[in-house]
Parts: sequence; C-alpha cells; structure tokens
Amino acid sequence: MDKILFGDNQFFAVNHVSDEKSRAQSIQFKEDAAIIKILDQAIDVGINTFMCTTHERIANICNYIRLNPKKYQNFNIYPCMPYAHKYANAVTELGIMGTIKNYIPGSIFGTFAKGGFALMSKDFIKLMELLIDAEMKMFKDLNTPVIFIQNVIVDMILGLKMYDIFKSYDQYIRTKYNAEPGYITMNMPLLLDSLNSVGIMNPIICSSINKIGFRMSGGVEIYEKYLSEKQFRPIAMQVLASGALHPSEAIEYLGKFPNIESVLFGASTKSHIQETKMLINKHL
Amino acid sequence: MARNIDIFKNQKGMITGAVIGLGKMGISHAAIIGANPLVNFVAVCDSSTLVLDAFKKFSTVKTYRNFKEMIDNESLDFVLVATPTRFHFPMVKYALENGLHVFCEKPFNLNSKDGEELVQLANSKSLINQVGYHNQFIGTFRELKRLLQADVLGDLVHFMGEAYGAVVTKEKGKTWRSNAEEGGGCLYDYASHVLNLIQEIIGNPVHSAGTKLKSIYSNDVEDAVYSTLSLDNGLSGLLSVNWSDNTYRKMSTTLTVIGKNGKISCDATEIKIYLKESNKKEGLDKGWTIKYITDFALPVNFYLRGEEYSAQIEHFVNCIITKKQGSYNTFEQGNNTDKVIEMIIANSKKN
Repeated sequence: MDKILFGDNQFFAVNHVSDEKSRAQSIQFKEDAAIIKILDQAIDVGINTFMCTTHERIANICNYIRLNPKKYQNFNIYPCMPYAHKYANAVTELGIMGTIKNYIPGSIFGTFAKGGFALMSKDFIKLMELLIDAEMKMFKDLNTPVIFIQNVIVDMILGLKMYDIFKSYDQYIRTKYNAEPGYITMNMPLLLDSLNSVGIMNPIICSSINKIGFRMSGGVEIYEKYLSEKQFRPIAMQVLASGALHPSEAIEYLGKFPNIESVLFGASTKSHIQETKMLINKHL
Repeated sequence: MARNIDIFKNQKGMITGAVIGLGKMGISHAAIIGANPLVNFVAVCDSSTLVLDAFKKFSTVKTYRNFKEMIDNESLDFVLVATPTRFHFPMVKYALENGLHVFCEKPFNLNSKDGEELVQLANSKSLINQVGYHNQFIGTFRELKRLLQADVLGDLVHFMGEAYGAVVTKEKGKTWRSNAEEGGGCLYDYASHVLNLIQEIIGNPVHSAGTKLKSIYSNDVEDAVYSTLSLDNGLSGLLSVNWSDNTYRKMSTTLTVIGKNGKISCDATEIKIYLKESNKKEGLDKGWTIKYITDFALPVNFYLRGEEYSAQIEHFVNCIITKKQGSYNTFEQGNNTDKVIEMIIANSKKN
C-alpha cells in the first residue's frame, strides 16, 4: 500500500464535527468536475491511491477515469463498501427484506434470479457476495487492489460475534477480485483479536489513530499497545481528530508507531494536500 | 481514559440479557450488548425467520419467535425491547412482571396511560428502566444543559427545537413507519427526539399551539411537524421537524436557546455560544465561541454508529449492576415525552 491514501469524506459532506462545514463542502463539490479537479491535484503532488465509499457519485468519477486510461494508469482505488446511509435510509423506509430486494441485482420478480434464490434459501453468504458484486460494479476495469468493508458493518458483525462472515468476505475478495480485503473499524483491538480468532492473520485494518483518543474505543493505551506489539497492517484515519489537533502534532504522533503502513486523509484544497503530504513524509 | 485490555477477553459477564425485535435499532443494540464484557448476551426474539436464521447460523445466541417463551425459558436479568412501538406495552409489561430490568426503544408507547402503568410497575418492583432517547448521551447536549443551569444566557427569551433529515423522500414504501396506528410518522419518530431534548434540557412543554402536521410524500402519516410550545418555566418557543428534507445527509438535530445575554445553538457535533458580555467563570469570551464534540464525547468501550448508542447501554448495564436507577431516560421521562406528543396531536386537530 502507498504511504498516503486520499479519502473522499470531504466530497460527500461528511464532517464529523460540523454540520455547517459539511454543508459548505457539499456546495463546493456539487459538480463532479470539482471532485476530479481535487483528485488531479492530489495526483500532481504524488498521491496515487483514492480510498472511497461506494457513493453513487463515485460511479461518475469512475466513468471519467475509465475514459482517460492513460492519465490514470497508475491510479489505484480502494473501494469501501457499503455506503451505509444508502442502506440505513432504505431499511427505515422499506424494512430489511425490502432493502435486500431493492439492492439485489436482477428483476424485482427475481424469485428465479440468483438473488431471489439466495434469499429464499437463506444462503446468507451468497447474498453477501451478490451485494459485494453490486457495489463493485462501478469499479469495473479499474485498479482496486484493496477492498474495504465500512466500519458500520464491520463493527456490527464484530459486536454480534458473527466472525465467520469476516472469513467468507476475506475469501471472496481474494478469489473473485484478486484483491486484499481490508477492514475499517472504530474498535481496532477487538477487531484484530476477532479476525485472528478465525485465522485471518496480518489483516489490513483502518482505524482512528490520534493522540486524544477520538473514536478509539477502549482508549488510547490499548491502541498504542496494539500498534506497538501486534502483527497487522494499520492504516491511520481521523488523525486530526476531526480538526481538534494541529496537523503537525497529529502526524508527529503517528511517527511513534513505525508499524503504521498508511495514512488516510482528505482535503479540499491543493495547499492542504501538499502540507499534509509533506508532514507525513517527514514523520513516517 | 485508562482501560484494561483484558476486559475484552475471557471475562464472563456479570448480568444476562436478551433483545426483542431485530430491526435496524434492535440489531444495533444487539451488537453493542454483544460487545459489552459485563453482559452475557444469550437470546434474541423476532418475528422474521430470515433474521433469526442469520443469528442461528452465525452467532451463539438462542433464537425465539415468541417473547413470552423467551422470557419464561431463559434466566435473564434484563431485556431490551426494540420492536415497533405498538408492541412495547405488552412486552415491557410481561418483562417487568417477570422481574426483569427493561431498556425500551423510543418512543415509549402510543398511549401515555399504558406508559403510566409501566412506570408504576417498574417503580413498584424497583426494576431499572430506561428509554432509548440516545441524544441525552451526546456530550454537546449535556454541555448545553450545564451552561443553561449555570445561567450563562441570563433570562431566557425563546427557544427552537429542530430536526431534519432525508428519511422519506419518495412516494412509496409500506412499513410500520408509514402507519399512523403503529406510531409511524415523523412526530413519533423524529420529533420525539427533539421533544425529549427540550423537556430534559430547557423545560417541560405544557402547552401547544398552532400545530401543523404536514404530509409531504407519505399518504397516511405526517412527514413534518410544526408547533409553538410553552414550557413549565414560562418560556415559549418553536418546534420544527421534517424528515423529508433532501438537503440533509443524515438526521440533524439542533436546539437553539436565546437569552438576554446571548444565544446558544447546539447539535450533535458542535455547540456555538454567543455572549453579549464575557463570562469569566465559564471562560467564555464576548462574542462567538465554538466548541466541538471532540471535547465532549463520552468515552466508550465499543463504538457503533455513535458514542451515544454505546453510552446509553453502558449506563443501563451499570445501573443494573449497581442496583441504582439512573437519572437519564427513565420510563417516567419517556412517558412524559409521549404525553407531550399526545398534546401536540390534540392541538393539531384544532387547526
């Protein structure tokens, strides 16, 4: 993995500390061209991996990338699925069954289609595979060497102790997509233990890592212990604790943990991208 | 927040619990309870065989289709009820009658008389009771309450309670949420959160006027609620809630309080304070001060969808273990919110 992964929260008005800032971002990135412009600026400063949700607008970005294969030949995308709000709102509106029916590919009378069959026979793993395929459609023919499940799903499976689902996910991503499975979580220590318990060793885990312990369940100490002592491939996110930390002190802190392979961050301007990249290169 | 790593491992829970109702909230609660090292999570109950089969296949908990059977057969300390609202009363009642502590999702009931009976029953048996108004466990709202109690705004003039989101944005979909008889609709769903916050942070609404319940995309229920509320402390203000607002990515709830000395606007992510004069005791300057959730988030051992969801369960579990009813989200408080909802419905019929 590259040392620096460029994220997409800023494009979709995700701001963990300010609803107002997120609205401002949604105005800045109303047009897909504005997203592409920032992506190109990231590429200009030497960032070649874009870690993004399966938000419907990413499909437009993917189309653009496919149309310009030369320009993006070294560009990697790390998809993170699913885009949770899409499903969460659907569950509120349609119920769990309705949501599955809505998102399983195939006709709505799909009892005879693959999806309908999986649903009828309660083949949950098959269902999961179909949902992954549906989410991955937008990335067809693009480089997706690592494929993540979002924290809402990871942490739900984790809490329910349904660890075998991780195992099936891991296998499917490796065999069908020839990619590395990755896990986003707000509960890194617990997740690592659980993955290890079903034989998933040295996993790629993306979690909040910052010195004030923001979104680090169980507290800073246990995270630091795991970062120092355990074998896994950590990606640090929320390193600025949603703006509570100054970039230089935030990234200097990450330097204490040489095991951290990559840092995920998003920015809305070229100067921010440059500044953060410089700090990461200095400290990691 | 120092925590022992071993808390995650090999520790047998101190209390035993089960979840009734495995919709979106129920599954989320089940995961949070499952991850709580103080709890033995032993059983779930739901009417959907699809969901139950998933639990059977992938988890170690027992599955039931009948809640009475589950309560009768399992040796439980508590149940968490997360079914559609109309089922709350019989389920909570049966659990209380069987001596179980109960966490019940919001809204508490569709009829405050039922709620009153449950409040009495829980109190008479000294059972821990809590309703799932999770906003009470968001640090920014707690800070707002503290600042109001510290009187930083001086005499209060006005308040606004708002919630917006994009839940129902199309004319389709039939679930219990689209059925008024079952407590679907924006008033019981979205607005109840705001009313509960107003009640616990600013003052208890005792009068409602000019209420409009508006349907936007739904046929049978309201998608927006607007009302003028008067509180027991004499303050009046506005309620404005709309769950069919496409401009919001997710639910956004805001309380604004205006006083003679300034104004505070608070949501789940930030608290914005404007003061006419500085407040030395609170360290607040004249003019604007903005503080973020990073300063106020309640530390939790497990995170799913927001600290507040775990914090409320940790609070409930802690109350059971210490055998002491907490002051957050009691059945009585939940039932009070139901009474306010009834008052608003009654007023809407006059308009």
